[in-house]
Amino acid sequence: MRQISYREALHEVLDYELQINPDVFLLGEDIGPLGGAFGVTTGLWQKYGNERVRNTPLSEIAIVGAATGAASVGMRPVAEIMFCDFLFVAGDQLINQTAKMRYMFGDQCQLPLVIRTVIGAGQSAAAQHSQSLEGLLAHIPGFKSVIPSTPYDAKGLLKTAIEDNNPVLFYEHKSLYNMKGEVPEEMYSIPFGVADVKRKGKDVTVIATAEMVHKSLRVADRLQKEGIDVEIIDPRTLVPLDMDTIINSVKKTHKAVVVHEAHLSYGPGAEIVARLADEAFDYLDAPLKRVGAKDVPIPMAPHLESFVIPQEEDIYKAIKSVVD
Amino acid sequence: MMNKDFAGEMLTTMIKIRLFEEKAVELFAAKELPGWLHSYIGEEAVATGVCLALNPGDYISSTHRGHGHCIAKGVSLKAMMAELYGKKTGYCHGRGGSMHIADFSKGMIGANGIVGGGIPVATGAALGSKMKKMGKVSVCFFGDGASNQGAFHEALNLAAVWNLPAVYVCENNLFAETTPQSEHQHINDIAQRAVAYGMFGDIADGMNVLSVYEKAKLAADRARNGEGPTLLECKTYRYRGHWEGDPQPYRTKKEIEEWKKKDPIRAFQQYVIENRLLTESEIEKATHDIQAEIDEAVVYGRKSPLADVQEAVCSLFV
Ligand SMILES: Cc1ncc(C[n+]2csc(CCOP(=O)(O)OP(=O)(O)O)c2C)c(N)n1
Repeated sequence: MRQISYREALHEVLDYELQINPDVFLLGEDIGPLGGAFGVTTGLWQKYGNERVRNTPLSEIAIVGAATGAASVGMRPVAEIMFCDFLFVAGDQLINQTAKMRYMFGDQCQLPLVIRTVIGAGQSAAAQHSQSLEGLLAHIPGFKSVIPSTPYDAKGLLKTAIEDNNPVLFYEHKSLYNMKGEVPEEMYSIPFGVADVKRKGKDVTVIATAEMVHKSLRVADRLQKEGIDVEIIDPRTLVPLDMDTIINSVKKTHKAVVVHEAHLSYGPGAEIVARLADEAFDYLDAPLKRVGAKDVPIPMAPHLESFVIPQEEDIYKAIKSVVD
Repeated sequence: MMNKDFAGEMLTTMIKIRLFEEKAVELFAAKELPGWLHSYIGEEAVATGVCLALNPGDYISSTHRGHGHCIAKGVSLKAMMAELYGKKTGYCHGRGGSMHIADFSKGMIGANGIVGGGIPVATGAALGSKMKKMGKVSVCFFGDGASNQGAFHEALNLAAVWNLPAVYVCENNLFAETTPQSEHQHINDIAQRAVAYGMFGDIADGMNVLSVYEKAKLAADRARNGEGPTLLECKTYRYRGHWEGDPQPYRTKKEIEEWKKKDPIRAFQQYVIENRLLTESEIEKATHDIQAEIDEAVVYGRKSPLADVQEAVCSLFV
């Protein structure tokens, strides 16, 4: 099968949706002539024009608010927030408007909108451009949260996100944009709430998201040589969260380690291990482990950044600590 | 433009808002209504003048002080009252209450508990209308206090630069909760801020329904004709506290009494009688009918069932 990048996979879906659905439009900062800070919308402004690919002022509040209002009257906006670090400039819109509008008004409207944004460190972009904040809004009922780790998943999940009639937060990891992988030419959707087993194994379950999936895969190869067989599960969506797949794996391995780039404390991993403790306690033979970024802002200097962000060594140690 | 029917609609809309609010205040004081209450009494001419200048399908969005806007847009008093009671038959099945009434079927896309929070959303409705070529105008009501929020700035700038069919109606009642306008912004006329966005700014006498109507009509027409958004400031005054229970240390009784002399309902009543548009007995009859409708809404609210608790956890997503 052909190989394309994570960026190209996302681009294909946006291009396709703009082509087939007149209600779909894009809005965001510098998504026009430039094609977005990470190039995902390259060429779309040239192809579809100002009306469909809306280059906005520097106004996160207005971007999220306008997307929400437009969705409430029948459009299907796909907004881009350049970095997830800027999401909370629009905190009220997200938390008090978008997330609440349908429920609070007694189900009177649908909000088919997607907010694409960028997470992740690895580029020495420092504290305000490197965060993985996917857990924050997963705490707010009213959003679906998607966090793809491969080009294949990115394409199928973005398709589903745009087809969904609810607010969807779509987190793209900046280190993955250039990653290539097999992606079919045709369109396909990957349902939300269905985890993917990225590697089959029988000794320990690793639940990982975004770039941590790839780090965990490399660690698994290393551990294989030591005779430890790691199963790696990527939930792909945090809301809804596919606990069935995770629990089925734990029934087999009896051990679980959650790995994410978000900060450790109160991160998505806390939710996953809490649910495992609650729903799979009887199958567990070892303490539940979490690996996440150290609880400090992401520093700039490359050696400090990589110290703070989970590395293969951290994942390796966490897994070893439960299997030994 | 001013014929008997239209004058009657203007007057009865204002009276309906006043009487509904008086009833709500009474029920709230009697502890029949849960939650909070922000009365619109005194400001009736603004909601009425603006909404009557709109087409039925046009959008409005509102604030914590939103009952007047809803009524002027023609929502059901029964479903509204039931929502104040927190009942299943209310607009939001009891999930919203006084601060969050919406009736999408009437273009009323929601009141808001966050000061300024509705302005970007209303702007989005204008964007949707423009992109879908619906020909609808989106009107956003908010207060003088809200005009200091960042959301106001971002939304108006966006609306201007995208030439959206929006009308931003600032109800300047001279106070943001307990803070007088002179202490929260260094201008008297909020409409001046329109200049900064390159949009049209206008001022209406918010105690005069005809003044509001005239200015709102111009703004709505401009929006509909593709001439862009307007910031329309309506100078008005609320007679009651910011919320029911507000001790109001920030103003004098005398000030309130002075404003009551300009009461928008009394003034317009005088106007329609002097101009022989309506007679006193017609007004009396209409008032009586409105009171009956409100009383019926109260009975409906009281008697309606509560939503099942399971409904509170079943419909987060479509
Ligand atoms: C973001 C936010 N800050 C503060 C409040 C508390 N609050 C509710 S109403 C209000 C005053 C609003 O004043 P204004 O916009 O002039 O509207 P008015 O009440 O006069 O109609 C305040 C401060 C709030 N609801 N939301």
